[in-house]
Amino acid sequence: MSLVLDAVTLTYPDGDGRLTALDSVSLTVPAGTLTAVVGPSGSGKSSLLAVAATLVTPDRGRVVVAGTDTGPLTPAARAELRREHIGIVFQQPNLLPSLSAAEQLQVMAHLSGRAPKSVRGRAMDLLDAVGLADQAHRRPHQLSGGQRQRVNIARALMNEPSVLLVDEPTSALDHERGAAVMDLLAGLTVERGTATVLVTHDRTHLARTDSTATVQDGRLTETVRV
Amino acid sequence: MFVAWRDLRFAKGRFALMGTVIVLITLLVGLLSGLTAGLARENISAITGLPADRLAFAAPPSGQSVSFTNSTVTEDQWNDWAKRPGVTEAAPLGIRTLNAAAGERTAAVSAFGTEPGSGLAPGTVGAGKAVLSESAAEELGVGVGDALRLGPLEATVTAVSGDASYSHTPVVWTSLDDWQKLGHSGTTPEEQATVIALSGDGVDWAAGDEAAKTEARTVDGALTAIGSYQAENGSLQLMRGFLFAISALVIGAFFTVWTIQRSGDVAVLKALGASTPYLLKDALGQAVLMLTAGTLLGTALAVGIGALVSGGNVPFVLEPLTVLGPAAVIVVLGVLGAALSIRRITAVDPLTALGSAR
Repeated sequence: MSLVLDAVTLTYPDGDGRLTALDSVSLTVPAGTLTAVVGPSGSGKSSLLAVAATLVTPDRGRVVVAGTDTGPLTPAARAELRREHIGIVFQQPNLLPSLSAAEQLQVMAHLSGRAPKSVRGRAMDLLDAVGLADQAHRRPHQLSGGQRQRVNIARALMNEPSVLLVDEPTSALDHERGAAVMDLLAGLTVERGTATVLVTHDRTHLARTDSTATVQDGRLTETVRV
Repeated sequence: MFVAWRDLRFAKGRFALMGTVIVLITLLVGLLSGLTAGLARENISAITGLPADRLAFAAPPSGQSVSFTNSTVTEDQWNDWAKRPGVTEAAPLGIRTLNAAAGERTAAVSAFGTEPGSGLAPGTVGAGKAVLSESAAEELGVGVGDALRLGPLEATVTAVSGDASYSHTPVVWTSLDDWQKLGHSGTTPEEQATVIALSGDGVDWAAGDEAAKTEARTVDGALTAIGSYQAENGSLQLMRGFLFAISALVIGAFFTVWTIQRSGDVAVLKALGASTPYLLKDALGQAVLMLTAGTLLGTALAVGIGALVSGGNVPFVLEPLTVLGPAAVIVVLGVLGAALSIRRITAVDPLTALGSAR
């Protein structure tokens, strides 16, 4: 299972015309590998992530997630694909303020129609994997920035996604905590066999990736395999 | 309800504040409903309790509506009705409000004059014999066998029965002959009454009206002929209607603000794969839970206060319809108001979750 973007073009309305955010971008991320996407601000990194997450439908090209061509899918089917096959690690943790750390993970099961209690064990295992088993009962405002980001990562892994999309996970963290998060992501990618896309500004993280794609003005200019 | 239930616990202050508003509105509507029903009962119970299908009024002049105050029917008219095919009973009924006295005590009462044996009065009436409603007996301080004075008429109480009331005065039943001696008139030698109580099957009411020069109305339809009832009930129902509308608006406004406040959470949940029906169910469940809890508490308070005041002089009716009816309407209207606000969830773009700082 992997993520494939095939000649994807995405434009947005811009005054009387349209702005090209992605211009015929092709990218393949095999399972168990971590691909970094780098580029200056406004180059199209976030658009690439949004297309891969099925949050935006491209004007042209194909997006294949876990073997499913997302083009013909209805919005409801795309939501189901996100639930079952895509994990998103947001730039900011985006945790729900009323839920404890464990419940942030359990809600993922509830979205899929499963009883949250039935996945309590798995939620605790994942929190343990990110070093937060003893913080499971705490709400977001009771956690530090780094802890919130780790809950964010654990939540993305809750439904055992085939594709993990990670948006600037260390932008709000200091160097030490950022490095720890990167270690965690690289380890989880191999351990759980996810096709991971990491959007980042921080080139110090590139040593932990399997390949690096550079985006400039909506075009994929270079792909380097490490 | 996984997220909604936790939101309720997390944002206790906001939901408690809104819940209190719902409790107070329900209490107000509950008390107003009990009072409306109580006042209506004091106004119309003697009419609604009549064992009749229709009441025939003297046909009013063109362009005017029938009224108990202006209606006078004659013996010819009730005899006409009695001869109509299908009519099983055509009993004259005289209604007049006057002062009654017993010893030192006086009270405003409504004298209902009926033919002995017509079955309209809840006891035996006859020359010099009166049947009192319980409140009339209580106000005058009399019982069976006691004497009372109705205007110029001396009468003996033969029975105390029922709690009939008309135009906020308790009812005293007399014979029609005695009733005709009360108060004014006497300008005509004919027998007179106010209306004719009609019963029957397969009656051509329109033809009967034309022949007898009357206007027969159903008992419910005849209530509008009590001027005070129409004005009083209309005002109170208008107040109730406004309270219902206000409750729906307030609840709708609360959930509009609440939905806008949590649109970031909704975007995140959508990005994580939550379906729109899931989010709508969650939010509507939250509204139903809050509304149900608020109205239950408000209704309980209304029942408690109603029970306290209904034994006294306040005309308050404490019945399932007056208590649970308004509560159900508030829940239904509240859910509608909330649903209109919550539907904006469908417009939240999950894309906003990417790059948003929360």
